[in-house]
Formats: sequence, structure tokens, C-alpha cells
Amino acid sequence: MFPLNGPMQDQHTPAADMNPSLEDLLVAVGRERNRQAFGVLFGHFAPRLKTYLRRLGCDSGAAEELVQEVMLLVWRRAETYDPIHASAGTWVFTIARNKRIDVLRREQRPEIDPDDPALVPEPEEAADRRIEAKESSGRLRAALKDLPPEQAELLRMAYFEDKPHSVISAEHGIPLGTVKSRLRLAMERLRRSLKDVG
Amino acid sequence: MNRPSHHPGDTLLIDYAGGALCEGASLAVATHMAFCPACRHAVTEMEAIGGALLDDLEPEPLSAGCLEALMARLDHERPAPCRPALRPSAERSRYPEPLRSYLRGRLDRDGRIGEGGWRFLQPGMRSLDLLSGPEGTTRLIRMKGGVGVPKHTHGGIELTVVLEGGFSDEFGAFLPGDIAIGDPSLVHRPVSDPEGCLCLATTIGGLRMTGPLGRLFNRFVKRF
Repeated sequence: MFPLNGPMQDQHTPAADMNPSLEDLLVAVGRERNRQAFGVLFGHFAPRLKTYLRRLGCDSGAAEELVQEVMLLVWRRAETYDPIHASAGTWVFTIARNKRIDVLRREQRPEIDPDDPALVPEPEEAADRRIEAKESSGRLRAALKDLPPEQAELLRMAYFEDKPHSVISAEHGIPLGTVKSRLRLAMERLRRSLKDVG
Repeated sequence: MNRPSHHPGDTLLIDYAGGALCEGASLAVATHMAFCPACRHAVTEMEAIGGALLDDLEPEPLSAGCLEALMARLDHERPAPCRPALRPSAERSRYPEPLRSYLRGRLDRDGRIGEGGWRFLQPGMRSLDLLSGPEGTTRLIRMKGGVGVPKHTHGGIELTVVLEGGFSDEFGAFLPGDIAIGDPSLVHRPVSDPEGCLCLATTIGGLRMTGPLGRLFNRFVKRF
């Protein structure tokens, strides 16, 4: 499928845009236990995960230990990764989030089970409208860059400070109504980018 | 089955998707999600935002040898275990995950919640603790038909998800899957529907009763 078993820069491979995407690499780890693909994923995600954990209050050593734990879970669970449902970045984010809740807060992360027969199903037409996660992630990143700075800043706090928006409001002296409306406005813009605009 | 009409809203869902909510509040939000495809979809979008934010973080280099150390650990990895077998159907059907995991050991053979461990709150109203931590408590609350809770407000935040039956207050009718969010600005007096009501309630911070009956009620609530 792509030159993962040989050297990454194979002479016979055409242009650089043939490089496998992060999603392709993750699938290769899941299907073939491909260590070279895993090494490339590590090179991309591990330094970002370290920054994520440092922002959540880990010192450098603790962050690196936890990065290794997260990447080990990536290796173990790669088989369950489905590029239709999530980009590689999204999938790794959810693993890192759950692991840091487990290790740093010593709490469980209650989540639905997507295969649970007790789930109330979604209307069929909604499922048809879904678009592939990989396609929309580029648009989402572009939309994030275009957000007004005060919306982007609040969004980062919400994801990287382990504090619910009510606490962010109190600690930063931003009225609760302002916090809520900025987050809602940001969501509105980002949702638009996720919809297939064709 | 009808889909819920009372939702947590974007800001609480972002707190959940980002991982900032405590376990009890997360359990309430995720239990609502089991009933609500729209909020499941919203959380999927919010997780995609988390992924995009992670990708945009300034990378911080790791110490030399981290990858090699991890690769060495992979040598000792066994092949992934088989997926767990499906659970027995009686247990599977009645309550969705993640709530079902928190009811482990409390369900009888028919998958109903047993009679043990319930505490008296007021006539027609009992509670069963599921989780308590420094930030708050999560419990099941069972009300007989037509029972009214004394008018009260909330010191912190209270998330209530209807599991069976329903209740009404000044803000509308709450049916299975609906989530009610109480905060200090809200004073309400919920009354259960004629068939009664089973709820999951997470309280973070405190719950304060207003009025004379309420002060009596506070004495019971404080014991939790």
C-alpha cells in the first residue's frame, strides 16, 4: 500500500504527497503491528502529548512517563482504530485524555458503549450525512486558526486546564455568561467547518 | 423510544469532551448521551476539536532514548486479547452503559435495582449512593407518584437524568433521558409524575433548601 516495510524515502516512490497520512500509519500499526509506522506516529504525537501533559501540570519527567503510557495504548488499541470515525489526532486525543484522568485524577472516565443495544439509536438520515473524519479535520484546523483570539483562548483553557467552564469563569474573572457565549460562538463556527460544504 | 428534549448544552458537553468534568458529572452527562444521539454527535465533534487542538500544540522534544525504551517494551507485548463476550441479555437491556457498570452488584436476576441500601429522604422518596468524592455525590433517587420535593436551590450544580417515569417543575416536563441542570440561580419545586420517577442525580457543591420544610430536609441531605 505504501513503502513502510522498506526505507521511507524509496527512490521509486513518486512525489512527497505520497507519504502515508497519520491515519494510514495508524491503520498499518493495527493491521501489521508495523513498528516503523509506529515510530513515525511517535515522532509526531509524543512531543505534542508532552506539551498537553505539561499544560495539565505534569513536570517534564512525569509527562514523559505518561506519554509512553499513552503511546503504549496507541500500540495496543490500534486494531480498533477506524479512520471513518475519527482522525488519528482525535483518536490519540481521546486516549490521552482518558489516561490522564485515570493517572492524574485517579478517576474513571464514564463513557457510552457504542455497541450497547440499550443505546437509543440515531435517526437513519443523520447517519447518512456523516462525512469522513479525515476529510473534515483539515477544514477544522483552518477554522480554529480563524477563530477570534478570545474564543480560541477559552477553547484551549477548556481542553487543557482540567477545569469546567464555571471554574474558568471564576478563576479568570470572566463573567459566566461571557464564557458560555464565547464557547457557543466558537462551536457554531467550528461546526460549520465540519459540515460538508462541498 | 422518544429522544430527549432537555440537553446539557454545548458548554457542559465541551467540559465533558475535554475531560474537565469530575467523574460524577461525567456519569450524568454520559448517561444522557446514551439516550441522546444528538449529544453523542456533538461530543464526537468536540473530540475532533480536541484532536485538532492537540495537533496544533507546540511540540516539546522528549529526552533521548524515549522511543527506544518504548520499542523495547513492545517486545514484551502479547497479542491483543480477544474482545470480551457479550453480557447476558437481562443485564444488557435495562440500563445503558456507562450507568450499568456503576450498578454492578446492585441488580437482581431480572436486571432490576435491588431493594438493599436505599435511604429514606422524605415520605415517598429514597436514595441510593453510587459514588461519592471530594467534589460531590452521585446517587439514584426514586420517587413514588405525585411526590413533591420541597422548594430548593443549589449551592453548586446538580445534574439530574431521568431513567424511568418522569417529573415536572417550573421549567417543564422531564422524561427518560432528559437532563435537568440546577445551579445557584435556580429555585424549583419538582413533582414526580403519577407513575413515579427514577433519576440519577449528581450534586457538586451543595444543595440548599428554601422554606421551613426545606430546612428539615437539609438535615437529611447533610448526612451524605
